[in-house]
Amino acid sequence: MSMRVLLIEDDAATRGYVARGLAEAGHVVDTAADGREGLMMALDGGFDLLVVDRMLPGLDGLAVVRALRETGADTPVLVLSALGEVDHRVEGLRAGGDDYLVKPFAFAELAARVEALLRRRRPDAASTVLAVGDLEMDTARRAVRRAGVAIRLQPREQRLLEYLMRNADRVVTRTMLLEAVWDYHFDPQTNVIDVHVSRLRAKIDREFDQPLLHTIRGAGYMLSADPPAGHERPAAAP
Amino acid sequence: MTPPWWRSATFRLAAAYAAFFAASTALLLGLVYWSTAGLMARQTDDTIEAEIATLAERYRADGLAGLVRLLERQIAREPLGGPIYLLTDAGRRRLGGNLESWPRVEPDTAGWLSFDLGERGPSGIESHPARARAFRLEGGLQLLVGRDVRALRKLEALFTRASVAGVGLIVVLALAGGIVVARTSARRVEAIDSTAREIMAGDLERRIPRTGSGDEFDRLAESLNAMLDRIQALMDELRRISDNVAHDLRTPLTRLRHHLEELSAHPGGERPQVEAAIGEADALLSTFNALVRIARVRASERRAALAPVDLGALAGDVVELYEPVAETRGQHITLDTTPGAVVRGDRDMLFQAVGNLVDNAIKHGPTGGSIRLVVARDAAAVSLQVADDGPGIPAAARERVLEPFYRLEQARHTPGNGLGLSLVAAVARVHGATLALDGEHGLVVTMAFRPGPPGDDLIPPPERDSAAPARDRPPHPATA
Repeated sequence: MSMRVLLIEDDAATRGYVARGLAEAGHVVDTAADGREGLMMALDGGFDLLVVDRMLPGLDGLAVVRALRETGADTPVLVLSALGEVDHRVEGLRAGGDDYLVKPFAFAELAARVEALLRRRRPDAASTVLAVGDLEMDTARRAVRRAGVAIRLQPREQRLLEYLMRNADRVVTRTMLLEAVWDYHFDPQTNVIDVHVSRLRAKIDREFDQPLLHTIRGAGYMLSADPPAGHERPAAAP
Repeated sequence: MTPPWWRSATFRLAAAYAAFFAASTALLLGLVYWSTAGLMARQTDDTIEAEIATLAERYRADGLAGLVRLLERQIAREPLGGPIYLLTDAGRRRLGGNLESWPRVEPDTAGWLSFDLGERGPSGIESHPARARAFRLEGGLQLLVGRDVRALRKLEALFTRASVAGVGLIVVLALAGGIVVARTSARRVEAIDSTAREIMAGDLERRIPRTGSGDEFDRLAESLNAMLDRIQALMDELRRISDNVAHDLRTPLTRLRHHLEELSAHPGGERPQVEAAIGEADALLSTFNALVRIARVRASERRAALAPVDLGALAGDVVELYEPVAETRGQHITLDTTPGAVVRGDRDMLFQAVGNLVDNAIKHGPTGGSIRLVVARDAAAVSLQVADDGPGIPAAARERVLEPFYRLEQARHTPGNGLGLSLVAAVARVHGATLALDGEHGLVVTMAFRPGPPGDDLIPPPERDSAAPARDRPPHPATA
């Protein structure tokens, strides 16, 4: 399903790179090179997502987001910034951004976050019964079954699986998992997430013929009953 | 602890000046005395000597009768006070003059006699000081010529009293002035000192208050403030440059990685060299990210999103995250916590720091070893300790391992970029915590947080925390 994305970014190279990538991912991308123009376009409406650079000529990115939110628009916004770390991310989220990504980023990270933000708008996001292939989860009863067989998960594994299921068929990066499942923004310097994922994989995939949890090389993971062929990698333990 | 005011350099200077001033005043008064009362005393002596010479001359010319007549005439001319005469024979029998008998005092070396003179006055016998000189005339006669010096002695006494009182008053006033000056300047110096301390504690925005009087202290404050402005501008510039360098280096690295990724996606691109190149790019990116992170943490002093953080719960989360990694090396992590070990801090930074410590312990500890986390709280501090049974760090290198890129020779073969402990040190510093590296066998790292949280002018906790689990928001101990 194609989405309309507005990219407000003053750096031509980044703008071209991101716009091309999002277009390749099947989205309709409009671009603006400064804050004023971007805000005008955003206010005209019709966008499913805004990707806004923080430092913009004319009107800075956070001011754009604030102005947009004041009109009552709830379009998801991903804030991009050359600056990093906690204080800036907090500022970005406080201004009304829905997610925050520090430059330079791997395109896979941006793409994954864009997909997650777009998915957030779908009506089934609040559903308590999730299903991917023959894997089912009842989040209210904390019960997980695959092909009718109950699977016992630790609380953290449960949260990890829930996040993956809610983002099924989408790439989820390690950073996104850390932020969403562990609620910490930090750089683990080790493959800690991979070890957790491989434990989860052992519980949901080992006994079954068809793997559901896939490692997407250079990006992260994807839970899918029908993975795109080009992305499939041998599910080797990290 | 400020030293007492009497130890201040200004007060000691004031005291020295008081002493010097008192001494010079005493000298001046001495000079005045010498040229007034002293002069009068010398004139009296000169007069007596001159009179003796005149009387001796008369005796030689006119004999005893002439001398006695002259004495009578002199006495008659000044009947009250003034001159004192006594003429005796060799046996000290009185022959003439206005003194009853020879005074019973011994003459001093110069032949002068000082004695009390009894005189009939309106209120009976009064005693006056007198000064006289004896002279032996030819024929065994002895002549005593003197003066009543009560006026002189009174003047001398008055002068002495005035001098003592004056010098005493000067000393007291000078000391009082010195104390006032010392305390005033001590306060001004104290203001500069406390500002400097606050700046060293990380509040680079602080400036020394000025009174607007334009005095030396104000000028000093102005110069120091200008210096601080300059330093801050340079630091900002440095930060900007490091931001740009990090950004400029991270961007091409990211592009390089992107190209490699695209290359590997094409047929024939899945060669081990491409995978290895992506791995190298990732390692470089991770190092740059860590460097930028350290710079950010250091720069964020007082600006970090500080909020109450339960170290016990945080350590629990770290253990939960790292335990599976430890288990792949057969290691076991234990956690011992105390309830209410709450510090004011940035939970992401603290998680990063504790995570780095546990990560280090896993990497450097032996296979099958154990890692122990202890969160403790007492009146003096809230502390978090991570202990492993790895090779440890030699005492001599414990300071240096906190420097960026410093790695022990023995650790060169283990993965890592030598930035982990630097980041821990930076986080500890931002939180006003002390970081101690010990351990006889293995390494024991202890972060000790002051119970009173650093900083009062904190920005409110980020909104994200309002949605955080309740365990992260226990009531915070009162600010010390």
